[in-house]
Amino acid sequence: MSAPAVHVRGLRRVFGTRAVLDGIDLDIARGEFLALLGASGTGKTTLLRILGALDRADEGTVLVPPARTVVFQEPRLIPSKRVLGNVTVGLPRGAATRETGRQALAEVGLAGHAEAWPSTLSGGEAQRAALARALVREPQLLLLDEPFAALDALTRLRMQDLVGDLCRRHRPAVLLVTHDVDEAIRLADRVAVLREGALVRDETVAVERPRDPADPAFAALRRDLLADLGVHQETKTETANSN
Amino acid sequence: MTVTTEEARAAGLVAPRARTTADRPRGLSLALRTLGPLALLAAWQISSATGVLTPDVLASPGQVVQAVGELWGNGQLGDALSTSLTRAGLGLLFGAGVGLVLGVVTGFFRLGEELLDSAVQVLRTVPFLALVPLFMVWFGITETAKVALIGVATSFPMYVSTSGGVRNTDRKLVEAMRSFGLSRWAVVREVVLPGALPALLSGLRLSMTLSVIALIAAEEINSTEGIGYLMAQAQNFSRTDVLAVCILIYGLLGLAADGAVRVLERLLMPWRPVNGRAVAGR
Ligand SMILES: Nc1ncnc2c1ncn2[C@@H]1O[C@H](COP(=O)(O)OP(=O)(O)OP(=O)(O)O)[C@@H](O)[C@H]1O
Ligand SMILES: [Mg+2]
Repeated sequence: MSAPAVHVRGLRRVFGTRAVLDGIDLDIARGEFLALLGASGTGKTTLLRILGALDRADEGTVLVPPARTVVFQEPRLIPSKRVLGNVTVGLPRGAATRETGRQALAEVGLAGHAEAWPSTLSGGEAQRAALARALVREPQLLLLDEPFAALDALTRLRMQDLVGDLCRRHRPAVLLVTHDVDEAIRLADRVAVLREGALVRDETVAVERPRDPADPAFAALRRDLLADLGVHQETKTETANSN
Repeated sequence: MTVTTEEARAAGLVAPRARTTADRPRGLSLALRTLGPLALLAAWQISSATGVLTPDVLASPGQVVQAVGELWGNGQLGDALSTSLTRAGLGLLFGAGVGLVLGVVTGFFRLGEELLDSAVQVLRTVPFLALVPLFMVWFGITETAKVALIGVATSFPMYVSTSGGVRNTDRKLVEAMRSFGLSRWAVVREVVLPGALPALLSGLRLSMTLSVIALIAAEEINSTEGIGYLMAQAQNFSRTDVLAVCILIYGLLGLAADGAVRVLERLLMPWRPVNGRAVAGR
């Protein structure tokens, strides 16, 4: 297998008396795109925060690359900085940094908004600025916590294409936390499902790209994932030969 | 396809170092906090014992303890304390109360700000010590004069902090609550005040400090009882031990005020993450 980007063994995280993460083993290879699914409150954000050094592990081994960035569910832009300033925040000042910042903004389609204030951006624009802020640091690991959840369906589809495209070009390892099964299958090389503190599924997406929801392989994987999440879909074929 | 941990380390991966502080035992934290005052006390004791500090400059800790015993025994200290605390407490109650109400009014209501803010800001620039003679003329050498002076001194920090905190309320939250049909007063009670609590409590801290300063000013000038009176007398008889007792009492009052605000912070804001630990996203 290719070089690893994330290496987790026996990870435990306990809040109060409840082990939210209970013995997680996880590997992500360099350049690999992993989508993590799970019902609300199963600890997806907790896992992502531990990988991003925002929270600590109680037990276990966690190894990640030194260069990591996070895109949160909300944009989390600094209101007192213009968009370009937000994208390049914390980087060494200078013309070169401003130029890479502008390029990153152009990549997410915000070239015209570099001098705008964050409060004047729409939800999707702000989220794209947050994505540019993450990419401009050339991360080896990109952590995405439901980055599209607050967006409308159309913008979400566009953002998914954008993220898929950007990740193919920059090749970071990606952990995408999402509730959207279709989104996971469309974008990811691998999908994992978190339930009761453990990864109950971790499999490579075998559907051919470009991925079409009408593809039977797509539909089958979708049904499996939904079943893992506790949603039981009755399809015509299933009802026809059930048990 | 599994990678061993050693291989992963060799590939340049590192353990993420979260900057969350592990919960420290409360005893240790308390011990660390008392370290500073204890060091000061030790320095005092050593300088007295070695003769660097002679009793006519400052009495030694042992003499101060004796003085406390003496003053407590003849009831002077108890009386002075209760008189002074009543003055400071009453003044603080009025001052902080007025500051709080005015702060909310000017911070939350546009009309309130337009009507009141500039007037209060002008008054705020008057040093409260300049009011002492005027208050003497108005109220004479009475308790009212002293309480009023403390009230005036403590109202301004409370006002400035409150109106600033209230102005920083999340407008989106207010908008949302309006859409649920909350009245203005309900919005103030449910959203604005809880949101402004951190600013409010830091204002209270400043007000408490000022109340002690104003208390000293009021008692030094003209009084027949209270800690300030005790100090004036001690000054006349060059009793540095009694003077040290009084100064220490003022210090302890400040410390107690700080502790009270800390407790209030914990009681009034249970939703705040402890140890500054960030809360996980939804
Ligand atoms: N700082 C904390 N203190 C106590 N409990 C916490 C803390 N952070 C998270 N939890 C608990 O851990 C569990 C997992 O939280 P987490 O945010 O990881 O869920 P999630 O899988 O991301 O859910 P969602 O899909 O709703 O975002 C929740 O039950 C939550 O209550
Ligand atoms: Mg979450």
